[in-house]
Amino acid sequence: MDAANTQLKKASKTSLYDFHKSLGAKLVNFAGYEMPIQYKTGIIQEHIHVRNSIGIFDVSHMGQLKIECGNNIFSYLEKIIPLDFSAIENNQSKYSFLLNDKGGIEDDLIVTKVATGIKIVLNAACKDNDTKIIKNVIGSNFEAVLREDLSLIAIQGPKAAEVMEKIFIGISKLNFMHGNHFEYSKKKIFITRSGYTGEDGFEVSINNEDVEELIQDVMRISDAQFIGLGARDSLRLEAGLCLYGHDIDSNTTPIEGALSWAIPKIKKETGGFLGDKKILEQIKNKPKKIRVGIKPEGKIIAREGTKIFSIDQKEIGHITSGGFGPSVNGPIAMGYVAYDQSKEGTKVILKVRENMVQAVVSKLPFYKKSYVKN
Amino acid sequence: MTEKKYSKKHEWLEINGDVATVGITVHAAAQLGDIVFAEVPAAGKSFKKEDAAAVVESVKAASDVYSPLTGDIKESNQAIVSDPALINKDPENTGWFFKITIKDQSELNDLMNKSDYDKYATENPN
Repeated sequence: MDAANTQLKKASKTSLYDFHKSLGAKLVNFAGYEMPIQYKTGIIQEHIHVRNSIGIFDVSHMGQLKIECGNNIFSYLEKIIPLDFSAIENNQSKYSFLLNDKGGIEDDLIVTKVATGIKIVLNAACKDNDTKIIKNVIGSNFEAVLREDLSLIAIQGPKAAEVMEKIFIGISKLNFMHGNHFEYSKKKIFITRSGYTGEDGFEVSINNEDVEELIQDVMRISDAQFIGLGARDSLRLEAGLCLYGHDIDSNTTPIEGALSWAIPKIKKETGGFLGDKKILEQIKNKPKKIRVGIKPEGKIIAREGTKIFSIDQKEIGHITSGGFGPSVNGPIAMGYVAYDQSKEGTKVILKVRENMVQAVVSKLPFYKKSYVKN
Repeated sequence: MTEKKYSKKHEWLEINGDVATVGITVHAAAQLGDIVFAEVPAAGKSFKKEDAAAVVESVKAASDVYSPLTGDIKESNQAIVSDPALINKDPENTGWFFKITIKDQSELNDLMNKSDYDKYATENPN
């Protein structure tokens, strides 16, 4: 039954599907797309390669929404996205969320303000619903288009800037979370200095027909390697970044998700967005539960769903992402705990199978770019 | 004289008299990818056929390793606990999991020989 059901809707493919296959990728269905989970060398090697050198990620399954508009759209968008749009510079990106009326996160996203309007990058699994929500709030005066004609490529790692500079002169001058237009194949493409790995890097929005040529160029002039979703997950977990649907979802607020830093001060004071009552109340009185880093002692890996207990054996929460961190060289996790147990250094116990594993509430990220490049 | 057999759950067994050495197959290790954790049963523990006896975890997921036979654990491989990557490097030799006594020789009849297993693994990749 299950197999039959999943086959009903045929998985989508990105423009690089054949290229992934030619590299020996192991493909899995992710959010309705056939995506590479890993290539031949395996997740650990891919992860380490991004930390030490340069990796290329095909993230074309993610939604690229473009709204043609001027400043008159800000008041509409600010109803569902808790940002101060007028304070964002042109070509600047911001991490934010699409909120529901309970203050829950319908999706997390990256907003970039450009001269002709607003670009929003959305999670693949949420993009259709997000587009509906956004269209609904902005009304018919503005046109919002999910750009299926564009691919999205992340180029990440300590060598990313020097390699990209050879193709796009001046790109290494971009600040993190800023973007600009560059020329490639005589066409204008938009690149931001951003990513989701804890490394320096870029995200390139490029026409589907040009994407393969660009990645071939990058690979020709560097030791860039393709990186699958497996290493993308371990990289973002080490960097303490949330995976939507796991670490945050429509039932968790940004405050519970320890993401209040992403809401500008003025919005935290005055509200004016969907779910503001709950969010402002949580800012004032602290949420009941909050997302924290969890570092298990020893080697046992605590995966999503693992129950977290206090030292006096009361259940205080659960793990939402957990795995092996190749750069940390050990198990790492994130999860929700009762607010009074969330202080850094608090000792907790994880129940993994029949093992009671000692763990500590830890500062995020687990991995910080602090050592010298090789 | 030893004889090698394979289970449908992708374990291999090397049978030596009334003791079998058990591990996961080359095919299974490749499917799992980078192995980062292994938990093996203590000596003296008893298992029924197809009980979960050990745990192996790749970066992606945790999987049970089943006892292909009913018996008692004689010994476990601590080398894979301290260096789980050994299971990827040498799954059907130094990457063994445990040695178990064979209580019921008839259970061996349910296991496959190499050529049957290779065919089975191609048809049932997971």
